[in-house]
Amino acid sequence: MEVSISVNGTNHSSDVEPRTLLVHYLREDLGLTGTHVGCETGYCGACTVIVDGRAVKSCTMFAVQADGAEVRTVEGAANDAGLHPVQEGFWECHGLQCGYCTPGMIMSSIALLEENDNPSEDEIRHGIEGNLCRCTGYHNIVRSVQYASAKLRGEEPQGASAEVTT
Amino acid sequence: MSTTSVMGGIVRRKEDPSLIQGKGRYVDDIKRPGELAVAFVRSPFAAATVNSIDASGALALDGVHAVYTIDDVRHLGVTPAQVAVGTLRPLLADGAVKHVGEAVAMVVADDRYIAQDAADLVFVDYEPLDAVVDLKEAMADSIQVHEGTPNLLLTWAGNAWWEGVVELPDPAPGIQEAKERDDAVVVSLEMVNQRLIPTAIEPRAVLADWNDGYGSVELWTTSQIPHAVAGAIGATFGIPSNKVRVVAPEVGGGFGLKLNLYPDEFLCCFASKELGRPVRWTETRREAAVSSIQGRGWIGTATITGTRDGKILGYELDAICDMGAYSQNFTVAIPLLGLFVAPGQYDIPTSYALHCVVTNTPTTDAYRGAGRPEAAFYLERIIDVFAREIGMDPADVRKANYWKKEQFPVTTAVGMTMDSGDYETNLDALLARVGYEELKAKRDAARAEGRLLGIGLSTYVEVCGFGPSALTGLGFSWAGYGLPTAFNGSGVVRVQPDGTCTVTIGTGPSGQGHQTTWAQIVSDGLGIPMDDIEVQHGDSNDSPMGVGTFGSRSIAVDGSATFEATKRVKEKAAVIAGHLLEAAPQDVQFADGGAHVAGSPDRSVTWAQIAESAYQPHTLPEGVEGGLESSVVFSPPNATWPFGSHLALVEVDPDTGDVDILEYWATDDCGNVINPMIVDGQVHGGIAQGIAQALFEEAIYDETGNLLTSSLADYPLPAAESLPMFSLDRTVTPTDVNPLGVKGIGEAGTIGSAQTIVNAVVDAVSHLGVKHIDMPLRPKRVWQAIQDARN
Repeated sequence: MEVSISVNGTNHSSDVEPRTLLVHYLREDLGLTGTHVGCETGYCGACTVIVDGRAVKSCTMFAVQADGAEVRTVEGAANDAGLHPVQEGFWECHGLQCGYCTPGMIMSSIALLEENDNPSEDEIRHGIEGNLCRCTGYHNIVRSVQYASAKLRGEEPQGASAEVTT
Repeated sequence: MSTTSVMGGIVRRKEDPSLIQGKGRYVDDIKRPGELAVAFVRSPFAAATVNSIDASGALALDGVHAVYTIDDVRHLGVTPAQVAVGTLRPLLADGAVKHVGEAVAMVVADDRYIAQDAADLVFVDYEPLDAVVDLKEAMADSIQVHEGTPNLLLTWAGNAWWEGVVELPDPAPGIQEAKERDDAVVVSLEMVNQRLIPTAIEPRAVLADWNDGYGSVELWTTSQIPHAVAGAIGATFGIPSNKVRVVAPEVGGGFGLKLNLYPDEFLCCFASKELGRPVRWTETRREAAVSSIQGRGWIGTATITGTRDGKILGYELDAICDMGAYSQNFTVAIPLLGLFVAPGQYDIPTSYALHCVVTNTPTTDAYRGAGRPEAAFYLERIIDVFAREIGMDPADVRKANYWKKEQFPVTTAVGMTMDSGDYETNLDALLARVGYEELKAKRDAARAEGRLLGIGLSTYVEVCGFGPSALTGLGFSWAGYGLPTAFNGSGVVRVQPDGTCTVTIGTGPSGQGHQTTWAQIVSDGLGIPMDDIEVQHGDSNDSPMGVGTFGSRSIAVDGSATFEATKRVKEKAAVIAGHLLEAAPQDVQFADGGAHVAGSPDRSVTWAQIAESAYQPHTLPEGVEGGLESSVVFSPPNATWPFGSHLALVEVDPDTGDVDILEYWATDDCGNVINPMIVDGQVHGGIAQGIAQALFEEAIYDETGNLLTSSLADYPLPAAESLPMFSLDRTVTPTDVNPLGVKGIGEAGTIGSAQTIVNAVVDAVSHLGVKHIDMPLRPKRVWQAIQDARN
């Protein structure tokens, strides 16, 4: 089937098999391998992308369902000005270890902060509950989102050095 | 060890800019032209005879290239293992299946969709048989997993090991006499340490590309041990190991499940050789639950004999440990690791019998902690039971039995020599930070109001940093693979002609931040900026012969090799710089990205100038070889023995049984710390996995061996809402078995945490009459325990 999808601001017209998952379309047809597959059932969130402004698990959506949509992936998170504040937060606060869940986690966090730029710790934990991380115990992910939230609101964010004790 | 800001300081990770922009390259991201995709046909039965396999339907499908069965690959032998005890896994089911999910046939097709369609068209005629799943039934041996072979593979016992079944006096000398004393208090409890599915978020993936021209093969695989995989593939296919290139690129979490040799790694090489095309397989999540190894799976009785003043006169553990159907890489060695730390931080007579039995379930092997969380769980749970029985504070009971700082080095009751430890200082630091007395008062006040607050404490000793050649080489010989490396560490440090530095190491990360930590070691040693240092790893062709990342070993062993290599490069650089500056090498000092003559900072050269000279031998002093690099293999004299103390405050909802972790504190001691941010991150993740075992996760099989928890819907990994923030601190007791004084931190959090939570939950409900609740402490189980105690 013919689909026309905008991905990170670029329009793509492609002929896809109807059963092709959006995540496989992004990874294999467009070569955007930053979006990962972790469970194929919508539980882990590694494949999270933003479709028309909403965080979506791209392993539970067919590419044909995204026809006409605007899709943002982790490759499109940064812009000419540099890293997105969420990406910067993950770097500054050690919000990632193996990095496999990270693209999905970053896209969910971006979607969360676009809805609420000053979430509480509980709201952050609730906002990313659809994204599983096996490495960090979420402690530093929460801090990464707090960092990004502060930065987006023009406040001085706190990096890793603010917390670690020895 | 130096204390510059680079060493011991917080440094942002070098690997992150790539990973946060989606530019990390994991196995499934790497493409080869013309590649084919694999799907496996897997058994729906836990025990069955395979009468026949009909692949004609699959082969008739457009885009299908081959369907392989055991008849095609039997000549390659079984899946190799570094500890080859028990029945090793056939590459594909050989006439029978022994667990649900065992691979029976392999389909190779144009893409993964067609391969899966074709796998569904392979008809396998099974004759179902009785399966044995329950560990006590397996011990009874009335149904044998491998007919004619006892289910009991071996028993690890006492202070002797590796010889297989060792008959020692049982109970250990002194414990029986202690039980007969008039003032003896004996507490005993059977507890389950349940099976877990490790669940790295990246599923395993394999891409093989056989080259007939060179007679060589390249394999990209999600592995913690690429060199071992390379050796095993060479041995399996009868080609030299230098014809095998194994690459572990970015690895999306390991936790032990990728510390293994899997049939698919060999089968994809085989298929690529046969078909002349690159061949890829990527595990699905549901498949991962049965095609990768699982962890834990013990049922055991712990017993303490002691006196009312808190003195422990004997500790006994008798446990049955589930090996699954086949042995894989380290399967039977995992309980042995538990035995190594059986007596924990305590100077107590210890008797241990760990019975390794097979069942009709997937293989168990190393999962974060690997034997040591199980050992710490049984010991620290029963110490709590003992403390409650004699009415003594659990912290005081622990202190009454500690090895004292001045006693080190000590030889423990299981024959291990621990070089260093300072347990009381560590626990006191934790209790002071927590405000232990106030916390107990807060708990008691809440209890008076009807709220169920509980405090849980656990200490632990870990054995890691493997390891001493004599210890690991004894049993874990790789001679069969032509790789007699007994867990050495390796590091190569090379200053490039432009003055930047390349470090290659025999170990690679699956999230632990090696690229940053190793760059810190080298930057600190040479004064070359972090940005000018690149750390390479994970390629069996280009990395020095290495062992890999597991058992919290990398920094202690490969880190030390790199530290020594750095020293040697610096010594040579001093000779070259001295020559350029017309000064004696001993008068050369390194600072600010170069070298200068002591006392004359203006007489200086940059690293680029030193390196330029190094690669133009005619400019060097007589007798000095060209080049500026060093390669070191490091073998420590002993393992390392990190330790720590963890404490949690929980609240139990009496109406629902729901457990809320209000606070979690840990004070760990991993010796010297190179990057505290990374060390804290390792502890966070470790604690999360221990809490996951305590409260959420369990691999559940029905009586026929069906896995009921094969998706993330049924196997609940904790999400962000399920976990608290963690409050961490450290004491620092360096080891002298390596030049960095480091001990390892990858598994510590997991070893200390599960029983901390269980102790806290039991503390919260013990006044209601609850003595123990088996993990995972899901609300229904806790609620039921409260109801049972009340009635």
